[in-house]
Amino acid sequence: MTIIIGVPKETLPGEKRVAATPESIKKIRERGLAVRVERGAGLASGIADELYVTAGAELTDAPFDADVIFKVRPPSVDECARIKEGALVISIMQADRNPGLLDALKARKVSALALEKVPRITRAQKMDVLSSMANLSGYRAVIEAATHYQGFFSPQITAAGASPPAKVLIIGAGVAGLAAIGAARALGADVRAFDTRAAAREQVESLGARFLEVKLKESGEGQGGYAKTMSPEFIAAEMELFRNQAKECDVIVTTALVPGTRAPILVPRDVVECLKPGSVIVDMAAEQGGNCELTRPGEVALHNGVQIIGFTDLTSRMAATASRFFSMNLWHLLGEFGKADTITIDLENDVVRPSLVLHQGEVLPPAPVKEPAPAPKPPPSTAKPAQLQLTSPTRRAWGSTVGGLLVMGLLFTLSRFAPSEFLQHSTVFVLACFVGWQVVWSVSPALHTPLMSVTNAISGIIIIGGMLQVGGGFDVASILGALAVLFAAINISGGFLVTQRMLKMFQQGAPSSKSASGGGHGR
Amino acid sequence: MSGFLVVAYLTAGVLFIRSLGGLSKQETASQGNIFGVLGMLLAIAVTSVAWVMSGDLASRVQGLGLMVGSAVVGGIIGGSLARKVEMTGMPELVAVLHSFVGLAAVLVGFSSYLHPAAPAADSLRHTVHQIEIWVGIAVGAITLTGSIVAWAKLKGTLSGKPLLLPGRHALNAIVAMAIIGLAVPFIQAPGTDGLLVLCIMTVLASLLGVHLVMAIGGADMPVVVSLLNSYSGWAAAAAGFMLSNDLLIVTGALVGASGTILSIIMCRAMNRSILNVVFGGFGTGEAKPGAPAALPTGEVREMKADEVGRRLLEARSVVIVPGYGMAVSRAQATVKELTTVLREKGVNVRFAIHPVAGRLPGHMNVLLAEAGVPYDTVLEMEHINPDLPNTDVVLVIGANDIVNPGALDDPTSSIYGMPVLEVWKAKLTVVFKRGMAAGYAGVENPLFYLDGTRMLFGDAKKSVDALVTEVRK
Repeated sequence: MTIIIGVPKETLPGEKRVAATPESIKKIRERGLAVRVERGAGLASGIADELYVTAGAELTDAPFDADVIFKVRPPSVDECARIKEGALVISIMQADRNPGLLDALKARKVSALALEKVPRITRAQKMDVLSSMANLSGYRAVIEAATHYQGFFSPQITAAGASPPAKVLIIGAGVAGLAAIGAARALGADVRAFDTRAAAREQVESLGARFLEVKLKESGEGQGGYAKTMSPEFIAAEMELFRNQAKECDVIVTTALVPGTRAPILVPRDVVECLKPGSVIVDMAAEQGGNCELTRPGEVALHNGVQIIGFTDLTSRMAATASRFFSMNLWHLLGEFGKADTITIDLENDVVRPSLVLHQGEVLPPAPVKEPAPAPKPPPSTAKPAQLQLTSPTRRAWGSTVGGLLVMGLLFTLSRFAPSEFLQHSTVFVLACFVGWQVVWSVSPALHTPLMSVTNAISGIIIIGGMLQVGGGFDVASILGALAVLFAAINISGGFLVTQRMLKMFQQGAPSSKSASGGGHGR
Repeated sequence: MSGFLVVAYLTAGVLFIRSLGGLSKQETASQGNIFGVLGMLLAIAVTSVAWVMSGDLASRVQGLGLMVGSAVVGGIIGGSLARKVEMTGMPELVAVLHSFVGLAAVLVGFSSYLHPAAPAADSLRHTVHQIEIWVGIAVGAITLTGSIVAWAKLKGTLSGKPLLLPGRHALNAIVAMAIIGLAVPFIQAPGTDGLLVLCIMTVLASLLGVHLVMAIGGADMPVVVSLLNSYSGWAAAAAGFMLSNDLLIVTGALVGASGTILSIIMCRAMNRSILNVVFGGFGTGEAKPGAPAALPTGEVREMKADEVGRRLLEARSVVIVPGYGMAVSRAQATVKELTTVLREKGVNVRFAIHPVAGRLPGHMNVLLAEAGVPYDTVLEMEHINPDLPNTDVVLVIGANDIVNPGALDDPTSSIYGMPVLEVWKAKLTVVFKRGMAAGYAGVENPLFYLDGTRMLFGDAKKSVDALVTEVRK
């Protein structure tokens, strides 16, 4: 019997995403699984029902009557009651914030996988909806800020006056914070970012933002890439920093979440009051209480002319892309549940086990904590290997000095007893070596091959040696000489011609005129 | 006549120097080649005139015929070789041409021994002449056989793996000592009685040439080819000494110096000394005993051509890193087509060339030039490395060791310290590869396991073809 995946329409008000797109459904169908999509499920993401049908899905009114259910938000208690007994539900669960959910699911004896619990290991990156959604919302946060901010983000110098770049402070440089930095930089703003984790510095700087630091040293490195809660002294120093920053910034984006608890207050009332009227705060933690004291979740609050944006639906504001990413995360996750047209729950699997909150209606004991395999360390950006100093100028200078002295010494020794012609030849030889040495060093690397073939042709000069050895008749010496002439002649004509051919090609490629690149299209 | 000859030879020498100088820049390269041809024609013409005028011509018609005949035949053979060779076959041609110079030097040496151009005035001069012949033939023979082995390795007739005989250093030393030692009976032999010893020495030197090159791995071929290039020069210079011909000495020294410089440039590109390349036995583990390199951990992620095509069209800046694999699958024309299409769509496409990419110094440049890639988009490693962090997509086509991050941060890697193209700093790196085999150096490449790397498996030409179709859509 074919396994059926059900994709219900999201019912939470304001939720526009959908857990499957035609793109992901095509892949699921290739695997041999059937997909049933609730009528109208994709409309809010701009996906018409016909597109689902074209991709191979069936339309249904009973999406919960399926073996596997793909959902974005946790199912409501009412929806749970409609789930087929023993099914597998994959969605964001947030059981701690949704009391009654687990009991309702248990009653249906279902297995439930909480997407927010997918471990942050390298292999599972492509299944990590938190990261892919954080990326979108970080970007969107800056776009919302730009919409509400009544000025340019990029610096402008016009005939009608100049406008400096907007100064943007991003608090928290996780996935969302980094996405926000990137977006703000792309709009041309002057961006600075703060994070308690020292590891964030390199990433912040790589995006072209300034990394802010408090004087106090304390590492905020917590579990799984999140920051932990900091000491009171540190928080005091942090507030001082934010207060100073607020005096000059136009936009603040806060992204600080500590898993499992209310979001920390990083922008209290007095910091808001340091901002100029017209400034904008985007509080990405609004759903978990907000990083700003004055945030009203889901709304834009106004305080002394400062707008505090507390939207909780940033991803839904980019529903089309959000749905695409979300559904591809789910498709990758499906790869952890067996192969082809079967779905098996493997309790040994290190992605499935920690994220499975219910297994056939039973709560599983906490997953054995496994040390996450260390992610491949990216090579240090400023690697300075202890190289052999082959190219060091001093070493080179010493090398040639010693070499030169040896040659001179040898010549002196020879001059004691060698015949004068030999000395004269040696002089010519040494001088020619030096000339060649000076001439060839400047050669451009692209011409190494032509240089080699031309020197090859030139070394065919040995033809003269052969010619000098050819006497009057067919004696052995003459024949040997003639053979030398033969081979040297191959070299001369071969070497020069092939060089010519190569150089012609280089010239064709030369951008000598504008038509040169146009002429290349025909080939 | 003799004064005229000296001036003509001097002119030819100057022309050769200008030729090498001209070859150092794109703009003057063609001119450089023409100077070389002029110099050669002048030298041959003057020598012929001198030969004809040196005595009664009628009695030497046979010799004249022999000389002209061989020159014409050789010229035709060389011309047709040059016309037919494919640019991917360039390394083989260069290697085989080196062997001809070596062979000519050996022949001239024997001829000069059997029939000296001018009888030596005294015994000291006779001895010096004998030594010159000895050295000339030894260098010539090593060049001859070494080049033939290099040719066979490049062609694939012989395996690219280094042949490492037990005690090979001792073996080399013994043969070298024998070559030097045998010189004593040769010099002492009256008349042409030393011919047998000379033949034995030629065989020994030939074996030495074979063994030296057999022990060098395929990845070091650029160094070997340029070393042999310099040997061919030294062989010509040695012939000049034995024939008392200054032009031969000058030209030989020029070529020798140029080949040596190329070898040094190649070696620097791999951060190794010449001695290490010639005697090192690279990639055999001998250089780094008992340091097992940690196997890279992580996952290899694949990306299909359609996805790569999309990423290319979304990119603003693309860098292509070609390697020997591109030459093998003859993908250069398709690669050029890809760059043309991308450029029409407003993507900035450039090429990054590592100094030792390919099997010949500058090999990649020649192939790209053949395909018609404008040379101002082809950049050297030092120029492109600072740009790579701002690059959206890097396509690594058939290259491996030259993009290995282990060279920078893994002291146990046998290529540690070699400057490499830092492609992992780009936003996305796509590696075109036939399979997961290690590169020529036999070193695992951690690049393949990095987060920003995707693999596109398959034959390079087919993959690039698919990409062209993809970006044309």
